[in-house]
Amino acid sequence: MDERYTYYPGCSLHATGIAYDKSMRAVFDKLGSNLAELDDWNCCGATAYMSVQKTVAFAVSARNLALAELAGDDVVAPCSACYYALKHTREGIADDPELRAQVEAALAEGGLEADFTVEVRHPLEVLLTDIGIPRLVAAQTNSLEEFRPACYYGCQIVRPFGAVEEDPELPMSMENLFTALGARPVDYPPKVRCCGGMLVATMPDVATDLSMDLVDWAIAREANCIVTVCPLCQSNLDLINVTKGTNGKSHQLPVLYFTQLIGLAIGCTPEEVGMGHALIPTSAKAPPVRGEPLTIAGLREG
Amino acid sequence: MQTLDPLAGPIAPGVLSKTEQELRTAFLEEIERIPGGGRLNQCIQCGTCTASCPVSHAMDITPRQVIAMFRAGAIEELLESRTIWLCASCYHCTLRCPAQIQVTDLIYALKRIAIEEGIFPKRFPVHVMSETFTSNVKRYGRNYEVGLLLRYFLKTKPLGLFHRRRAGYALWRHGRIKLRPDKIRNIEQLQKIIAKAETFDLPQEKVAREKITAAVGYESIGR
Ligand code: SF4
Ligand code: SF4
Ligand code: SF4
Ligand code: SF4
Repeated sequence: MDERYTYYPGCSLHATGIAYDKSMRAVFDKLGSNLAELDDWNCCGATAYMSVQKTVAFAVSARNLALAELAGDDVVAPCSACYYALKHTREGIADDPELRAQVEAALAEGGLEADFTVEVRHPLEVLLTDIGIPRLVAAQTNSLEEFRPACYYGCQIVRPFGAVEEDPELPMSMENLFTALGARPVDYPPKVRCCGGMLVATMPDVATDLSMDLVDWAIAREANCIVTVCPLCQSNLDLINVTKGTNGKSHQLPVLYFTQLIGLAIGCTPEEVGMGHALIPTSAKAPPVRGEPLTIAGLREG
Repeated sequence: MQTLDPLAGPIAPGVLSKTEQELRTAFLEEIERIPGGGRLNQCIQCGTCTASCPVSHAMDITPRQVIAMFRAGAIEELLESRTIWLCASCYHCTLRCPAQIQVTDLIYALKRIAIEEGIFPKRFPVHVMSETFTSNVKRYGRNYEVGLLLRYFLKTKPLGLFHRRRAGYALWRHGRIKLRPDKIRNIEQLQKIIAKAETFDLPQEKVAREKITAAVGYESIGR
């Protein structure tokens, strides 16, 4: 169909999060939606930047918003940190006339102007509301039956701005989506707990404990993979696979992006969705659906 | 509660030492910028923030204590705590606070002051990370992860680099490490924007301090 979006990959989707980048493009392509990368985007300035210089952080982020305004479509930012930074910039400028004036003056130095009206969205919300579960189910060619994902939301898409309209303490959108696609998500209580984020570099012991705990929960709930929405979450949890636990063994639990799983369901190849970039290969398969695709009561009509 | 600085001489009850006064002034300017910064006096010390915090077990001062100590005027101790560097900015405390206090943003403000004042615990050099990050953005316009981590580890803990090689190798083998930084085309434009924005961050702005002082409930403590 003809949805159009401005894609803001952010730095990590060009490196550690390359599989997220590939699967985003593959899924939107398959669904016929146009995802155009924001031309000459710069780093969003995220959290680390925020703690040094405030106005600079807003101005750096605002350049992206100004460029996106020229492009005209909603911005889709898959990395939770980028999503937060861009959204925070947009809202912060709207709330604070003094900051707005400063940011506008800074942008003017670079010959840019903006009225900060461009929407900043997360792909999970775009896929759920613009595309919708019925269309995803209708596009399904492969069964996700073998997947028992632990759906992990992490922090910044549920807090402090809810990217998806739902209970920030107990989001269910990914569970609903993957159930509709025939997977069997497990009950995963720590789904909105923090994985440690950037502490992985600065205080690795603390961060490893947090991530390890999340993986332990998933294993205890008999999940056969963890599904994430953020490149930092993915790499933190994935790196647990090469970290030895107290028993000298490491866990071996695949950590996927939600877009990879959707991609497999709608017929993208494992290469197209970047399955090879995960540190632990996924053994569960997405076999072709024979005959009629899965029917979920009430969902096919919409 | 009040910090007594032996070098500052005797202080009458309700009077702050000079450094405390300066730090507080800087901090008050910071919280002026946080939406709802004036709500601090609404904290009921319920501890929901601490209970929700994933890293409170590793903190020397818990989030609830941060608010209490701040209200009591112990800013210097807060700036020297490892708490402000441990906060992962997960926003769980902020989400759950029954008094709608922006705990996360307050901790950010403390971090900024600590960096400005050059106060940080030597063993927790998170600021090196922030600063490396900033200089990457100024040079390339994008954040170059390998450079970021290398510089961070070389500056702070060369041994850390050695311990990380397993993780680094695993990522590299799976095509997830870029060896060269990405540079944006219009880096001059970004640099101009940054240069201009910096002029707003550096000078101590004369903000409506009195208003905030009243809002936070400081008048009772005196300045
Ligand atoms: S999240 Fe981090 S790495 Fe990604 S664009 Fe934002 S600041 Fe850069
Ligand atoms: S869960 Fe981890 S990576 Fe995700 S937002 Fe929280 S700290 Fe960041
Ligand atoms: S949750 Fe809010 S009210 Fe309760 S102690 Fe923390 S800051 Fe105070
Ligand atoms: S934002 Fe910081 S203080 Fe608040 S719960 Fe998260 S880690 Fe703890």
